Amino acid sequence: MSGRTKPEAVQVVKKRRDGALNALISGVPYINFLGIEFDRRGDELTAILPFSEKLIGNPIIKALHGGATASFLEVTSIITLSWSYLWEDLESGVLDVEKMDSEHMPRLPKTIDFTVDYLRSGLPRDAYARARINRSGRRYASVHVEAWQDNRAKLFAQATGHFLMPQRRD
Amino acid sequence: MSDKMRIAGQFIAALPFSDALNMSLEDIGDGSAVISMPYDSKLVGDPRTGVVHGGAVSALMDTCCGAAVMSHPSSPGGTATIDLRIEYLRAAKPGQKITTRAECYHVTRSVAFVRATAHDEEDTNPVATATGSFVVEGK
Repeated sequence: MSGRTKPEAVQVVKKRRDGALNALISGVPYINFLGIEFDRRGDELTAILPFSEKLIGNPIIKALHGGATASFLEVTSIITLSWSYLWEDLESGVLDVEKMDSEHMPRLPKTIDFTVDYLRSGLPRDAYARARINRSGRRYASVHVEAWQDNRAKLFAQATGHFLMPQRRD
Repeated sequence: MSDKMRIAGQFIAALPFSDALNMSLEDIGDGSAVISMPYDSKLVGDPRTGVVHGGAVSALMDTCCGAAVMSHPSSPGGTATIDLRIEYLRAAKPGQKITTRAECYHVTRSVAFVRATAHDEEDTNPVATATGSFVVEGK
């Protein structure tokens, strides 16, 4: 074994990680339709749902539609879960970002069940969410996700879901 | 078309998110509702298979359960979702319309308990089932 290798240049690392995340997200039409974006800090992801009129469910009080909130939470869970197993392959060099086109995208986990807890009504402004993987086994994963608007400590919705993991082809 | 059907249909169309997903009311009863959503490529969650995203099915289930609550005789006002659990039994066939049927199976002064199922055009096994609890608001 040789000694330590020189660490990669920061731009190279960022380009690879942001490129992979971008390829993962931009390939999903429903994420684009909702306008969901992801902010990456190292391996941690924060999903952002910028407010838009079409997300409203109650036009009188201008509250977000429960379905828009549920969709946002489920998208955050699936992307966070995919990102966690993509990360390993990406960092070990198994996965090449240049080859992540629509034909060669990593397979996405499938939702088994999803339970949303609506804590308060979603206001007509941007929403944020972060997911935590509580169990990630070979067959299935259990994920908890929290969403907030103005204050991180005041959640407006949370959810728990179970996901079937894609089986590796090798 | 009955007045109730017409009013409920207009109500669904007035919800921007339900309208953006092209949902339409098929039937409304006393504590039950049927709402459908046509297939659309913008709703795809898995580009590899063309299957609609679970979130869009959730939105349809939520809207349909909410409509069922509002149609109940002892629920005169609006409603809000407290909790909604969805089980995704199988992938909906790409290209097919999804139709949900929801019914309130118990309504108290403050809470409505609702069950729903979603089918695609192959009307055999459901695509998804849901159970939820909803706020019952007075007039």
